[in-house]
Amino acid sequence: MHMADALLSPTVGGAMMVVTIGVAAYSIKKIQKNPDPDESKVPLMGVMGAFVFAAQMINFSIPGTGSSGHLGGGLLLSILLGPCAGFLTMASVLLIQALFFGDGGLLAYGANVFNMGFVACFIAYPLIYKPFVRKGITPKRILVGSILAAVIGLQLGSFSVVLETLISGKTQLPFGTFVLFMQPIHLAIGLVEGFVTAAVVGYVWKARPELMDYPGKVAGTSSVSMKRVLLVLVVCVVMMGTALSLLASSSPDGLEWSIGHVTGGGSLMSGGAIYDFFARLQQKIALFPDYQFKSGDSPGGTSFSGVAGGLLTLILAGGIAVAIRGFSRKKKGSQLK
Amino acid sequence: MNRVSNALLNLRQMDDLACKDTPIHRIHPLAKIVVTLAFLVTVVSFGKYDISGLLGLVFFPVILMALSELPGKVMLKRLLVLEPIVVGIGLFSPFFDPREMIFFGLTISAGWATFLSILIKGTLTISAGLLLIATTGIDRVAEGLRMLKIPKILVLQILLTYRYILVLIEELSRMTRAYFLRAPSDHGIRRDAWGSFAGQLLLRTYDRAQRIYISMSLRGFTGEYHCGKNRPMRGGDWVYLLGWCGFFALARWMPLAQLLSLGLKGVMNP
Repeated sequence: MHMADALLSPTVGGAMMVVTIGVAAYSIKKIQKNPDPDESKVPLMGVMGAFVFAAQMINFSIPGTGSSGHLGGGLLLSILLGPCAGFLTMASVLLIQALFFGDGGLLAYGANVFNMGFVACFIAYPLIYKPFVRKGITPKRILVGSILAAVIGLQLGSFSVVLETLISGKTQLPFGTFVLFMQPIHLAIGLVEGFVTAAVVGYVWKARPELMDYPGKVAGTSSVSMKRVLLVLVVCVVMMGTALSLLASSSPDGLEWSIGHVTGGGSLMSGGAIYDFFARLQQKIALFPDYQFKSGDSPGGTSFSGVAGGLLTLILAGGIAVAIRGFSRKKKGSQLK
Repeated sequence: MNRVSNALLNLRQMDDLACKDTPIHRIHPLAKIVVTLAFLVTVVSFGKYDISGLLGLVFFPVILMALSELPGKVMLKRLLVLEPIVVGIGLFSPFFDPREMIFFGLTISAGWATFLSILIKGTLTISAGLLLIATTGIDRVAEGLRMLKIPKILVLQILLTYRYILVLIEELSRMTRAYFLRAPSDHGIRRDAWGSFAGQLLLRTYDRAQRIYISMSLRGFTGEYHCGKNRPMRGGDWVYLLGWCGFFALARWMPLAQLLSLGLKGVMNP
């Protein structure tokens, strides 16, 4: 469910980043304001982030099928640490994944934290899981609550991936096809997530029940008011709406406009004054003495020089790299002498 | 478990690369973070059919790579591992947009143009992220984040998570080795062991966190994470920052590849 940068527009990426920063700021405040300030929370959060990272690598074989599933961890973190600490921990795990493994882009970071962190910690956990265990923890309640929370959380998360991709408009995937593709897959993933989360929480509850109420006590899970959650949601919806309307007005008609950009032929209309300036500048450079827009080019010639121009860019970039390498090696060689 | 050892290798490799001493490594982390973000915004701001504009941006990762003396093979391998995800999503496009369009003088379907642009964007954005961490390292990225006013608690959280990922992955790899030595025919953890396997790791993690907290307290931890002296941005850092941002603006408004192709045409048809 990690989104790549290539599928997002800057507006959507930026809007989601703002939402994520807002939720993070709220969470940080909540943790710092805790009536029972306990610094051990910070190391605990850090080490739990590392745990989720490691646990995501465990292959859980799914009975009846030859395949295996993995853990996402958002729900587990919020059950064990509370929603605010869970959210911050998930955010740091996602940043490390994006930086070191390229799992999800850096611009898409806000969107990813929202889809996997916010949805799990501030929607699935307080609104679905918690009502099940409010009257007391039993293995059955943990199981039902975890499965429902994980499935609904992943459905919401994957649906928000679909929305963010569509609003960005970087692919032609039709809404229906994309939804039909994403939702069933994430139903299966959600089921695995729910069962694994239930198994782990059930085990911890049996082996070390004191850990289960410890996080509740410290994180102040019960003090996250519905009002706050709803407020955050409303802010998010407004943000998404703003992003959508901004986008709708900034690109009136994508296709006609951008085809003008890609064609290598004579119908160049990009750039305006700056472009004209550089075109004139280029005419003056001795290497290309007779440069001009030729509308009557033979198609063969146009396509050849067009493709060659693209290749030339790559070769030039590569050439510069080789030159830099060669130069620095020479410099090192002479230093050794 | 391949995944586990691969992750370990990747993290260590990135740490090693970040320890190099090249002009790029010496640039202030704040400048590198801002330039990387500016690059990403520039890349994703191109429309879904715009390929020639994107090509001009190739200069950034390639030049950075050369200046920072990173091993091309290693970086390429990291990039290729991630490419299938981008290709997978991009491959849908040709099916949904069969309209014909002219691309560099060749007639192709608009869907393929989108596919190509997604592919190039994916490659550029992933390489920019990898280059940032490979030339900066997590400690200095954290320093840059602090200067960007990211709250202390979050930055500390990221650093601690990173620090303990290596420890916990090693713990996990010991546990999986033990498990699969006893159940060599299994491909994954059996259903009845899901809870106890991951739960065991979790409990060990809890205990470890407690020990860590106690030892941190004994060493005077008060919530502050010191990562060396923060030097201010110098002239060179500003040149790097403004130079690249200027280049991105140039590449955004002027399709460099197109200019080159026009130049070529001028040479061919005097």
